[in-house]
Amino acid sequence: MNVNQHTPMASPYGQPQPGYGQPAFAPLDTGYPPPYAPYNGPVSTYQTGEQPPQGHGRAPPTSGPPAPQAYNQYGGRHQSDVQNGPPPMTQAPARPVVSQSYNQERVNLSGPPSSYPQHYGSPPAMSHVTSQMSGMQINSGLPNTAGPGYAPPHSSKPPVSNSFSAAPPATYTQALPPALSAPTQAPPTASQQYYGGPPPSSQPPFNSSLPPTSQQPFTSPAPPPPSNQPSFAPPPSYSGPPPAQAPSPSMSQPQQSFHPTQPAFSSAPPGSFPPRAPPPTSSQYPPPPTSTPSGQYPGPLPPQQQPPFSSGPFPPRPQMPPTSMCQSNHLPPEPQGPLGPPGPLQQMPPPQHVMPGGYAPQQNGAFGQVRGPQPGFAGPYPAQPNYGAMGPAPGPAPSTQKRLDPDAIPSPIQVIEDDKAKSTEPFSTGVRGQAPPLVTTDFHVKDQGNASPRFIRCTAYNIPCTADMAKQSQVPLAAVIKPLATLPADETPPYLVDHGEGGPIRCNRCKAYMCPYMQFIEGGRRFQCGFCSCVTEVPPHYFQHLDHTGKRVDFYDRPELSLGSYEFLATVDYCKNNKIPQPPAFIFLIDVSYNAVKSGMVGIVCQELKALLDRMPRENPDLDSTVRVGFVTYNKVLHFYNVKSSLAQPQMLVVSDVSEMFVPLLDGFLVNVGESRQVIESLLDHIPEMFANTRETETVFGPVIQAGLEALKAADCAGKLFVFHTSLPIAEAPGKLKNREDKKLIGTDKEKSLFQPQVSFYNTLAKECVAQGCCVDLFLFPNQYVDVATLAVVPVSTGGSVYKYTYFQAQSDQERFLNDLRRDVQKPIGFDAVMRVRTSTGIRATDFFGSFFMSNTTDVELAGLDCDKAVTVEFKHDDKLSEETGALVQCAVLYTSCGGQRRLRVHNMAVNCCSQLSDLYRNCETDTIINFLSKYAFRGILNNPTKAVRDTLVNQCAQILACYRKNCASPSSAGQLILPECMKLLPVYLNCVLKSDVLLPAADVSLDDRAYLRQLISGMDVSETHVFFYPRLLPLMKLESGSLPVAVRASEERLSKGGVYLLETGLHLFLWVGANAQQELLLNIFGTSSFGQIDTTMTSLPVLDNPFSQRLRDMIDSFRAQRSRYMKLMLVKQEDRSELIFRHFLMEDKNASGGASYVDFLCHMHKEIRQLLS
Amino acid sequence: MATYQEFIQQNEDRDGVRFSWNLWPSSRLEATRLVVPVSCLFTPLKERPDLPPVQYEPVMCSRANCKAVLNPLCQVDFRAKIWACNFCFQRNPFPPSYAGISEVNQPAELMPQFSTIEYIVQRGPSAPLIFLYVVDTCLEEEDLQALKESLQMSLSLLPPNAFVGLITFGRMVQVHELSCELISKSYVFRGTKDLTSKQIQEMLGLTKPSVAGQPGHPPAPQDAAASCRYEGVATPHLLLSLSELKLFLKVPLFKMAIVSSLIFRFLQPVHKVDMNLTDLLGELQRDPWPVPQGKRPLRSTGVALSVAVGLLEGTFPNTGARVMLFIGGPPTQGPGMVVGDELKTPIRSWHDIQKDNARHLKKATKYYEALANRSAVNGHSIDIYACALDQTGLLEMKCLSNLTGGHIVMGDSFNTSLFKQTFQRVFNKDYNGDFRMAFGGIMEVKTSRELKVCGAIGPCVSLNSKGSCVSENEMGVGGTSQWKVCSLSPSTTLGIYFEVVNQHNAPIPQGGRGAVQFVTQYQHSNTQRRIRVTTIARNWADAQSQIQHIESSFDQEAAAVLMARLGVFRAESEEGPDVLRWLDRQLIRLCQKFGQFNKDDPTSFKLSESLSLYPQFMFHLRRSPFLQVFNNSPDESSYYRHHFVRQDLTQSLIMIQPILYSYSFHGPPEPVLLDSSSILPDRILLMDTFFQLVIYHGETIAQWRKAGYQEMAEYENFKQLLQAPLDDAQEILQTRFPMPRYVDTEHGGSQARFLLSKVNPSQTHNNLYAWGQETGAPILTDDVSLQVFMDHLKKLAVTSSA
Repeated sequence: MNVNQHTPMASPYGQPQPGYGQPAFAPLDTGYPPPYAPYNGPVSTYQTGEQPPQGHGRAPPTSGPPAPQAYNQYGGRHQSDVQNGPPPMTQAPARPVVSQSYNQERVNLSGPPSSYPQHYGSPPAMSHVTSQMSGMQINSGLPNTAGPGYAPPHSSKPPVSNSFSAAPPATYTQALPPALSAPTQAPPTASQQYYGGPPPSSQPPFNSSLPPTSQQPFTSPAPPPPSNQPSFAPPPSYSGPPPAQAPSPSMSQPQQSFHPTQPAFSSAPPGSFPPRAPPPTSSQYPPPPTSTPSGQYPGPLPPQQQPPFSSGPFPPRPQMPPTSMCQSNHLPPEPQGPLGPPGPLQQMPPPQHVMPGGYAPQQNGAFGQVRGPQPGFAGPYPAQPNYGAMGPAPGPAPSTQKRLDPDAIPSPIQVIEDDKAKSTEPFSTGVRGQAPPLVTTDFHVKDQGNASPRFIRCTAYNIPCTADMAKQSQVPLAAVIKPLATLPADETPPYLVDHGEGGPIRCNRCKAYMCPYMQFIEGGRRFQCGFCSCVTEVPPHYFQHLDHTGKRVDFYDRPELSLGSYEFLATVDYCKNNKIPQPPAFIFLIDVSYNAVKSGMVGIVCQELKALLDRMPRENPDLDSTVRVGFVTYNKVLHFYNVKSSLAQPQMLVVSDVSEMFVPLLDGFLVNVGESRQVIESLLDHIPEMFANTRETETVFGPVIQAGLEALKAADCAGKLFVFHTSLPIAEAPGKLKNREDKKLIGTDKEKSLFQPQVSFYNTLAKECVAQGCCVDLFLFPNQYVDVATLAVVPVSTGGSVYKYTYFQAQSDQERFLNDLRRDVQKPIGFDAVMRVRTSTGIRATDFFGSFFMSNTTDVELAGLDCDKAVTVEFKHDDKLSEETGALVQCAVLYTSCGGQRRLRVHNMAVNCCSQLSDLYRNCETDTIINFLSKYAFRGILNNPTKAVRDTLVNQCAQILACYRKNCASPSSAGQLILPECMKLLPVYLNCVLKSDVLLPAADVSLDDRAYLRQLISGMDVSETHVFFYPRLLPLMKLESGSLPVAVRASEERLSKGGVYLLETGLHLFLWVGANAQQELLLNIFGTSSFGQIDTTMTSLPVLDNPFSQRLRDMIDSFRAQRSRYMKLMLVKQEDRSELIFRHFLMEDKNASGGASYVDFLCHMHKEIRQLLS
Repeated sequence: MATYQEFIQQNEDRDGVRFSWNLWPSSRLEATRLVVPVSCLFTPLKERPDLPPVQYEPVMCSRANCKAVLNPLCQVDFRAKIWACNFCFQRNPFPPSYAGISEVNQPAELMPQFSTIEYIVQRGPSAPLIFLYVVDTCLEEEDLQALKESLQMSLSLLPPNAFVGLITFGRMVQVHELSCELISKSYVFRGTKDLTSKQIQEMLGLTKPSVAGQPGHPPAPQDAAASCRYEGVATPHLLLSLSELKLFLKVPLFKMAIVSSLIFRFLQPVHKVDMNLTDLLGELQRDPWPVPQGKRPLRSTGVALSVAVGLLEGTFPNTGARVMLFIGGPPTQGPGMVVGDELKTPIRSWHDIQKDNARHLKKATKYYEALANRSAVNGHSIDIYACALDQTGLLEMKCLSNLTGGHIVMGDSFNTSLFKQTFQRVFNKDYNGDFRMAFGGIMEVKTSRELKVCGAIGPCVSLNSKGSCVSENEMGVGGTSQWKVCSLSPSTTLGIYFEVVNQHNAPIPQGGRGAVQFVTQYQHSNTQRRIRVTTIARNWADAQSQIQHIESSFDQEAAAVLMARLGVFRAESEEGPDVLRWLDRQLIRLCQKFGQFNKDDPTSFKLSESLSLYPQFMFHLRRSPFLQVFNNSPDESSYYRHHFVRQDLTQSLIMIQPILYSYSFHGPPEPVLLDSSSILPDRILLMDTFFQLVIYHGETIAQWRKAGYQEMAEYENFKQLLQAPLDDAQEILQTRFPMPRYVDTEHGGSQARFLLSKVNPSQTHNNLYAWGQETGAPILTDDVSLQVFMDHLKKLAVTSSA
């Protein structure tokens, strides 16, 4: 999406706004490459043409949404803009025009995409739709907000709906074709079609709506915004379809068009969408007018939620533009599910109206305005005025200009919901270069030759053919690989293939493993490697005839020929020292110093271990685990335990010589659980007792790991250490640490040193651990600084995990810890792993991010690799790629299973190659890009000042977007912000990364926390980073069984005082209770109807016998089950002190430590882009 | 000479002293000419059932550098209540408690029959006895089992208030905590790392920041003792962890309690941990580390000892303690390693040592010496019980026992009665029910002006106390007048060498007497501190005028042993042949000095009765394993020498010249010549070499026995004959420590070699026919016989050139 900022400011504002709206749409639409191009076109046009009008429109919206808060940065202007918001309404008229222009442009855009359509085929349609949807959403979102405010739009809604029915179907088909066809040509048609049918309708609606809105606006500020929005939106999103419809409401229009499409595609989408969207909208809107009082909060909130959802659905309907209208539309169509929530929402609406005014303006105007303001008041204003001239805008316009309507800017929620709606069929991996559904979407995967996205996700599924292109675009080429990912129960885990004594068949030259990309030739006697083209003889035992298509006859019998992921049984050649490995061992090392005992940790661990002994990972669920266990406790010295089965009582062996660690015993230390159960249980009973009165406060750490390592060495096996540690290891021993937490260094060039290990000892130790296959999991229970940066070196380098429970209190943290521990012990894991990523000639894996160790540049060595660990691999060109063959990636992981079997897991992935940048931008995955960028940045802070890292990030993103703008988007005013559909969320997500505690710590964030997060993120997969950076905020006002409520955007403005919300980050879980929350709600959740009586210290919700409570608890449980770490539930009451923590996770807002709000950041991005462009 | 013999016997019985000369030449020159130095064998704790200790403290000369104890030789002025020191002639007033002294009311120490007297010192606290078992677990299952049983048994022999501790080792060293309630706990040390005492104590948690006993200032004995006194206080704290104790450290009052509770973790009164320890020992397992094919088990003896010494240093410095080391093989790793763990590399032999081919010898010896010295400084003795078929590194480790007064016991296996009974005998009790062991002995020698002390040879270390009576001429461990003997038994005997320093031109008045006072402080096994004072005097004689008298005062037995000790002492540091040459020259010179002969006429050579046996002793000494390493492993040599330098005169003589008894139908058992001619077919021989007890059945007897005559009623007498030596042997076995190897063999038996190697080879394959067959058994050896030896001696003695 293009956001027009500065330049546009004045005049640009108008433009920008539209740009935003458009961009959003465009991007969405373009998400699928085709749309993009088209969109761009339109956008530009819009900008130019519409700019003036937009400006007005925007201005008003912004002003409307008092959003000023968010806009603070923008300063008064924004606010003023906001105020202007209402005026925008007047702008509406202008929009239509815009939309028109858009249409044309869009058409063009769509034209180019033609190719896409093909890809997408019918499904593509879906995707398109979704993308469009998303785009729509954004637009819609904006509109919606506006809409809500506009309640009146209802009238408009109808039209929308009409447009939907009409437009939708048309759009899809059309859209696709157009895309396929030449951009220019197609576009027109498409646009025509879209608009043709829909547009008119939509337009009418718009017009009607707009007018009404405007009118209404007048009455209430809200209306105006819509008008503004439309103008903006239309340009961007609609570029294609919308143009027609939405000149002004382009945004909405696109949505509309989409909606229709969706429905057309599958019933599901409509269903899902409608429910969500409708309810909110409907409720909102209708009520809004009436319930205006409900409060701004509610208003905004509902809009948000609804918008996203509804937006998805809404989009179809012109609703957006007439947002309010849309809502109404929705309502009518499908008040269904969503409606539930709407209830409250409905009330909200009124506030929305108020808000809307604000929001809408923001959205529309925000972009434009914001920029405008920044560049120069004068400029923007003037422009606006112009626009304003159009309608009442002038006055309000300025204000609106300054602010971007949060609802108008791309909404993550909308994108997510659109994608969900789109992904109704199983995702089959057979098509090369096909982007999978988003990580937030629940989908089923069919492995048809490429690895499931659960194993591999790429930043781009269509990568540039040349290094120049890649460099120009700055889009990182990377894949996030999670080799041992757990698959849902309904997907088959990789098959195990045994190629006999000779081992897996491999290419002679590059050693790639047999895979679907190997081309059998000469009647099957040889095969040509897809990676290096080398021809290799097929061993006699593997020979098979080919059928008439050149496929081996046994193609479908052999997983390695037909699937993207499978496992080989490794032969002895693949084993360390050419010896079949021993089953691995788990060693539990428990800190028994004063703090550990006092906090209750020791007792809890010991108690839990007794139960966990039965749940060691095993390959065959029917057999006992072959994993052996050992126990060590320590403070300043280490206590080993002899738990040999023949002993009546365990024996403790104290090793005080920590300077040179050794294992005092062999026989009896690592034992089979079954045989030594009695002794072990006796030991675990005794440990807490023995140290109950300890006064030892000093601990060691290095020797603890050494001890485990030595034990594994002595037993000649790989394994995992579970270290339960409490304090900074200050006792005299190798790896002794000093307290170096110095807050004064933060923000200086020396800050980086705080992230580096304090001593090199642990690096050396980690290397040794890796060599032995000794994976270390660290559970920290610190009461003060423990130097996570240093302590985590070994876990991170060995593929282990670090868990941190600061100020651990048995009562409140026990559950979280125990669940983490249980999961950690039980989760599937491989040991002594080596991962190698092979690629086709032309690109090369150059960099790796994650928890592992590398002794050379190609082999990723992991002492342990569990199902939650992901490795991000960056690729660089070293030659040209060809569009025909695409690019292949094969990730092979050699590891020892928990049963002691040596295996090779192979994941294959083929992506397309492109010679047009637009293709690249059409097939990107923002979530994966963010995953890569965050890991890249978080590693960067080791060597660079944090500020430099932040700047680099911003810069790279600006370049990415600027490149798009320059090369892919249709010409438009420089002031317009145009974002690629696939990347329209890049700014918001990037802002989240920039605002993360690692890069921008709040005052109360300790160095340990930052180091902890830093290492944590290095091993995260895409879905984890996604929710981590952009938390999921769910309104709980109404819960449906079977489906989750639609999330709302993470902003305080979306919170309703009368509501209860659940916020999930993957690490934290908050339950936010509004000060005016309905008593019934409270009663259902807490068993008390009084806000004041809610005990915020509770860590789990009371079990109440009502469906709501049941559903809520089920929901929380299911969230927890999804994440690799147990999330402790924190109860936050509005206006409670703890709310500060909670607010920290409202990522779209400005935060206390100086992080920009989404809107502000978007403006900033736009500025950057503009600078790059000029 | 009967008189002299009686005198000697009487002196020995009363004072435990045997002088080489009982008349002393009055000048340095004359003394040197006597060849055998004025010296004595002194048994500090000779058992004196008739000597009840007195319950007061000795009165000492007030001169700072004298401090001699009041004794019967002092002149006393009863009226002035003044006594004159007979060593420095200082006149001292009696202390107030002696106010009632008079000629008829004399204190015991003034009575001549109390030339040896024992005082019980009340001052200062009494310290507990400490037994620290250091057990090798790299043993065969059978051996380990036997050892465990022996150890468990020994707990019942210890006095209930004695402290015990347990350290086990194999590849690792484990110090077992005895106070743990819940599960057995031990501290483990790597077997390859040389740790300082401080490190060890830190690792054992014995040193806490402010605990008494800073390094370099070990807590005085009373500290340790105090720990006992505070036992009652400390015990309740046993359950507290160290860190808790930290809290108390700030309170000086509890200081002692803390020290003791720290100690109590590893050393506990037997009565408290009897059960615990028995169980612990019962659960003791063989070292669990796998021993690959072709390797020796890794045995960290060096570190184990270091830990033991460090532990005691930190907890009970200057307190009587026994470290009892049980080993089943050589140290194979870490400091003190004697041999690598590769089986293909055999342990060093004398041959290797002579070729300087013993890689670890010097390093290991040095290591153990350092340990021994540390241990000795703190008054802890180290016993070594080495039971293995191969060598266990005694050569390197001998100093541990030699310097600290510990025992060395060598056997083939822990599962033999030799070990079991010997070990049991360590805990023998005397007529009072006290252990026959004493600890922390400090022996001081004071001499009258004409005499100075050159050194001592025995299980002692020098305390480097330079006094006026210390000679510059060192013999044995010299340069001091005080020696520390960490562990004493009633038979522990030191050889003490003197030098007459009186100048020839300063004649001693007629009737003048030289005096020597031995003051031995020690910790009695009942934990009392005692001081035994022995004062002896001998007349001076002018060698020129009274050479006959001097000659007749010669105690050839004592002299032989004293000279042998000098020889053995030299042999430790010199090459064997040099020592033999030295011994020969001394013998020749002695013969020249006292023999009666005509020049160059060997046949005219005669020795007086008082010297007549001396050459024979020397002959056997030359053949003894103390000086001959042939056929002995370095370990065996060390073992033999260890015992030789600490046994009393009788036992020493047996070692030099084994005793041979003959049993036959011809008469009662009789001692016979240690000569091949004594080996007759119709005799049963019983040979006692101290280390072995050999019963040898002559050819005929053996045949009879084989035929089973002893089973027939009519040959009852034969049965009795067979039984007689067994009974006698049993008697010896009952009392001897260490228990000798008991060999029952017969003519032609392989073990007859023990006998054949000892007897004088008067008949060999060389002269067999000249002697006639019926008069004994020929020995297949090239060794010279006593006759040949004597012939040479005579020849050399009479030659004018010598």
